[in-house]
Amino acid sequence: MPLQTQLSSAISCPSLLITMQTLNNQQVATTQPTASSQPFLKIDNVSKVYATPKGTYTVLEGVNLEVQEGEFICVIGHSGCGKTTLLNMVSGFAQPTEGEVRLQNKLITKPGPDRMVVFQNYALLPWKTAFENVYLGVKAAFPDKSKTEKTAIVWEHLELVGLTEAAHKRPWQLSGGMKQRVAIARALAIRPQVLVLDEPFGALDAITKEELQEELLTIWRDHRCTVLMITHDIDEALFLADRVVMMTNGPAAHIGEILEIPFERPRNRAKLIEDPHYYELRNEALDFLYRRFAHDDVE
Amino acid sequence: MAVSSQLRPQSAWIPKLKTQGRKALTSLIALVIVLAIWQLLCSGPEPVLPAPLTVLNDTWELIVDPFFDNGGTDKGLFWHLFASLQRVAIGFTLAAIVGILVGVIIGSNAIIYDALDPIFQVLRTVPPLAWLPISLAAFRDNEPSAIFVIFITAIWPVLINTAVGVQQVPSDYKNVSRVLQLSKFEYFFNVLFPATVPYIFTGLRIGVGLSWLAIVAAEMLIGGVGIGFFIWDAWNSSLISEIILALIYVGIVGLLLDKLVLMIGRLVVPGGQQGT
Repeated sequence: MPLQTQLSSAISCPSLLITMQTLNNQQVATTQPTASSQPFLKIDNVSKVYATPKGTYTVLEGVNLEVQEGEFICVIGHSGCGKTTLLNMVSGFAQPTEGEVRLQNKLITKPGPDRMVVFQNYALLPWKTAFENVYLGVKAAFPDKSKTEKTAIVWEHLELVGLTEAAHKRPWQLSGGMKQRVAIARALAIRPQVLVLDEPFGALDAITKEELQEELLTIWRDHRCTVLMITHDIDEALFLADRVVMMTNGPAAHIGEILEIPFERPRNRAKLIEDPHYYELRNEALDFLYRRFAHDDVE
Repeated sequence: MAVSSQLRPQSAWIPKLKTQGRKALTSLIALVIVLAIWQLLCSGPEPVLPAPLTVLNDTWELIVDPFFDNGGTDKGLFWHLFASLQRVAIGFTLAAIVGILVGVIIGSNAIIYDALDPIFQVLRTVPPLAWLPISLAAFRDNEPSAIFVIFITAIWPVLINTAVGVQQVPSDYKNVSRVLQLSKFEYFFNVLFPATVPYIFTGLRIGVGLSWLAIVAAEMLIGGVGIGFFIWDAWNSSLISEIILALIYVGIVGLLLDKLVLMIGRLVVPGGQQGT
């Protein structure tokens, strides 16, 4: 039971109960045997309060989430709901005011290469080529490896994202999609346990976005890393995630509901859209975001 | 956005050449007009200042032979300019080294920055020549005093721009370094320095311009070989034409210094982040 514990807030959608069964089987098959029943990543009763000139501002309050190893989690919610704050506490850029975040039972206190981040605006160093950007990460993560080994790792990951030909171009010579590929290659090359993506495809056009989503899934299947991803896009979340975490509106946002996405992998976008169940989930999410937690115009 | 920037290197060549040519032509016409007006205004029987043709006539020997050396301060214009440039080179190099180092330090530490910034803001407004008496008092010699004046004039823009550049390193780059846990050394050479270089060069450009302004003024006071002294000497001998010629040289050298720093900056500033 703790292995499958989902969340404090109960899920009361009938369609979800049906799918729980399939999900269980699938997870038992894919989840690598962990040493204990401890979850891989545990966000435990986390609150975040900022001090402002006008007094304190509670961004997040009482957030609980347990993530299994190898899971793909999408976090969705309106802007200002503290999604980024939540992920920053996983990556270690921010500390919870209350509660704690643990990875493999180890308290997270600062950023580290085991929780690599893919930033929304790529965060590539403009004076370095694609290759050098990835190499910088590899050099920092594997100081003991030889130069040949490090170079091989960089090439392997540039190939993974299909960028070998653009390896010696600088970021300003690359399109948005290519830049994000470099950022993903850099993130994966250092073999993180958790990959944190903050709206990675938000700035891309629809076609590039779909391509990258599929590439990300392929890579995720091969690498078996745990993924936490922020998105605004419901379809993106449904296509990618094992679970979609939906946040309530701030201030004092918390996790409102978690959708289990039971579709078999590898997923096929065309088939998925024909699945009636896809629409149930989609409506569920839309209902949550635009009716129950519609964004007020006050902001 | 990406497409247009990819096209930039090749396709910009020909139109650029055209606009350059047009610019050169228009400046040339403007120059001729200015000279003509000057000639007209100063062509009376007792002109206040010599007209361009008079200047040319009076200074022809200096123009055609800038390399003569009769000992003492009786040298060709080349030697005067060369002496001034030497002082600028030494003072400005010192200012660049110290300015960049101190700028990086105060830029990366908010407390030191807050503590020192007011002092710098006050010192930077002190006119270059006001430092001369104090440096003469301290060094008791003309040569180091002149160099000190250059140094103290050029250091502020370098220092302040470097500090601002360090503070402006985009937080994304800092975050990447934090996730990757780059060592201080790696961070400096891979992130901080390249991100700051455009700011440093902005400071260096302002600094070299100020140095040149300061040296001419300082040399008028301290004497010896140098273009500033040459101007002062010409004034004392009422050789107004020589002054005018020297001013033109000073202007041209100042322009070349500015372009030189700009060019070095273009070469050094890493690709993709030019435009400062």
